[in-house]
Amino acid sequence: MAYSLLEGNEAIARGAIAAGCRFFAGYPITPATTIYHSMLNLLPPLGGICLQGEDEIASIGFCLGASMAGLKVMTATSGPGISLYSENISFAIGSEIPIVIIDVQRLGPSTGSATRGADGDINFLRWGSSGGLPVIVLAPVDVADCFALTMHAFNLAEEFRCPVFVASNKEIGMTRESIDLQGLDTPAVIERCAAPTHQPLLPFYVDKGQQVPDFLPIGGKVLVRQTSSTHGADGYITTDAAAIARNQERLKQKLLSAIDRFSFHEVYHIENADTLLIAYGVSARAAKAVFKEQKRQGKPISLLILKTLWPVPQDVIRQAARNAGRIVVVEMNLGQYVREINRILPRKPIVFCGQMDGRLITPARITEAINNE
Amino acid sequence: MNSLLNAERPPVLCPGCAHERITHTLDLAFQNMGLARHQIVIVSDIGCSGLFDTFFHTHAMHGLHGRALTYAAGLKMARPELNVVVSMGDGGQGIGGAHLLAACRRNIDLTLLILNNFNFGMTGGQFSATTPPEAQLGSGFLTALERPLDICEVARSAGAPYVHRCSGYDKALAQKIQGAIEYEGFAVMDIWGICPGRYTKKNRLTPKMIDDALARRPALEGIIPENVRPEYGQHYRRMAADQKKAPAPAVIRNQYKAPQTGRQEVVLLGSAGQRVITAGELLCIAGLTAGLKTTQKNEYNITVLRGPSISELILSPEEIDFSGIDTPTVMVALAQEGVDRRRDLFERLAKDALIIQIGGVSLPASKARIHRVDLKAQGVKPPDWALASLAVLAKLKKVIQPRMLEAALKVRFKGKALASALQLIKRVKVGKR
Repeated sequence: MAYSLLEGNEAIARGAIAAGCRFFAGYPITPATTIYHSMLNLLPPLGGICLQGEDEIASIGFCLGASMAGLKVMTATSGPGISLYSENISFAIGSEIPIVIIDVQRLGPSTGSATRGADGDINFLRWGSSGGLPVIVLAPVDVADCFALTMHAFNLAEEFRCPVFVASNKEIGMTRESIDLQGLDTPAVIERCAAPTHQPLLPFYVDKGQQVPDFLPIGGKVLVRQTSSTHGADGYITTDAAAIARNQERLKQKLLSAIDRFSFHEVYHIENADTLLIAYGVSARAAKAVFKEQKRQGKPISLLILKTLWPVPQDVIRQAARNAGRIVVVEMNLGQYVREINRILPRKPIVFCGQMDGRLITPARITEAINNE
Repeated sequence: MNSLLNAERPPVLCPGCAHERITHTLDLAFQNMGLARHQIVIVSDIGCSGLFDTFFHTHAMHGLHGRALTYAAGLKMARPELNVVVSMGDGGQGIGGAHLLAACRRNIDLTLLILNNFNFGMTGGQFSATTPPEAQLGSGFLTALERPLDICEVARSAGAPYVHRCSGYDKALAQKIQGAIEYEGFAVMDIWGICPGRYTKKNRLTPKMIDDALARRPALEGIIPENVRPEYGQHYRRMAADQKKAPAPAVIRNQYKAPQTGRQEVVLLGSAGQRVITAGELLCIAGLTAGLKTTQKNEYNITVLRGPSISELILSPEEIDFSGIDTPTVMVALAQEGVDRRRDLFERLAKDALIIQIGGVSLPASKARIHRVDLKAQGVKPPDWALASLAVLAKLKKVIQPRMLEAALKVRFKGKALASALQLIKRVKVGKR
């Protein structure tokens, strides 16, 4: 095995290129800026396009235009930029525009601390768009995940025609780490499904049994309409309540019904262990250290590391928790995802271990949470 | 020629709306140019100008208020052969002002048609960026408080190479629009018109009054000579073609044996200018040459040339789960600022931990063993102190050994920089215990 030394942000950029990304636009913001720098190094020599927008709104706007022209697109920012993306995120959800959005989270609220980590945007990413329809959020734990999950993010964005978030963290994005690039487990690259070109296109038409409309690019021989307005299959405004309801339901179900196919996670199940530790993101690393130490000391616990946060992988969580007497949830905020765990496991005692001070949650802190109950 | 209008969706504008006239004139311009439907994309956003994409049977993208120029830029960069026509209102120029300025500065080959009717028609006649303060509108006395913007003067000073101000009732409008579309660069047309549904309810405005008002302003009729320059997309592609392919990340061969087993946590405590971050990276690469897993976390002020510079390194034969520093095995005290920032770490040091204390830095109390080195006396300059401290570690066979450090330098540096770094690590003396 031979290693390279890569920071999480560069791994995201390289994963994006490997997934076929050929358009990036971003606005500088710590701790996400090195994704932009990496894309600027990588894309132009490949014939790709890398732009710096005048602000975050422009950056995601460029991406949506380029995605509709048929390119695989990505943008990267941190919490303050996600706020400015919000209206265009809704556009991408409702009008089914594939885009990968990287959020290298930093300590909020607001401009907060540019160089301190947090997982404070986890619910914001899910709920921070008008309409409230589901989105996909993947959460890397380390530099290898940054590469592989970014590839998955592109595949999902293309397949389901939706925005896909990668919820990274300053503590992953700006940390350099050894990585075995040859040994990485990466997916085959998926392209969006093309509609036939011998007939006029109904841009949002889905056939029986199909949940995602086929795609043709703006600029090809067949005319394509895209609109942020509530639309029918033809891409024109509709007031037909039944058609509107059908479409909203489809936008929801296209993701919810397929969740089993992209519920990325790691589970370390110990028979007879009473405690199940649930963690994601950089905190999962401390959780794993605790898992190993408890095992070494003969006081084993089980561990579930979630790498798909939204839509909530309910079956994975229920399955992992089926024999657990209690659950300990670790996250780098004051309690966001733990609400979902509470919702899914209403009868289990749930201990919350959170922290929001810009520092990593330590294994000692988690051990304390486990032992104090 | 055939009309490119959408036969199934005729314009639905108020009777007497200038937009309707401009719709037909734009269609005429397309026909005169001999363009096919698929060669055009109409990009629009919110307001009555945002209906344009439905009137034409061409490619279309309709998005958020004031953001049409951003989608257009992405489309044009991805599909340079497309004719990208953006229709926006005067309202869009206010909310999307940053995009207008940037589009002028950038000079992507887009045509922006501003359907300027001096108010927000769709939402009930509120004042916009171009409303005269004396107008009577839905926004009441607030209208009188703001000064209207001369979009064309703004566009010109922001660098637009093509700016045309004209009336929507101009008999030559089709040729003028054609000129803007044919111009290879960002072309702005500020087209003045009447909004009968809102604006002229309480304000008098006629085509003749528009002509008179235009006549009182300096004429802007197309190319702005001082702003003419290469189109952004062409320029981008030319420059991008000269960019060298980025190398793949270096793959480090596992060829040496680390002097210790077990997880080593090293903290370099320095200040700006000591190349602490580079030294941290070198230590990690040195670890990789012994097949160790490594992580590097850095801390420095946003004003990068001042203040502490700290690098936290973990080298371990096992998976590195927790990537924070728990109990450092080695602290390198390179500068007072760095030491002061992490004073709390010292009291946690175990007896077998090692502190490399560079001459002149004072240390908080701790149980750790202290090894002093006076780099200044050895004639090493501060920018080399962090690297020199790695040489000290290597010579003490602590965390790394000299061959690992040499190999790391060969990965990271080339030519003269490599030669001088190799020379430096050779000549650094370990100092006294």
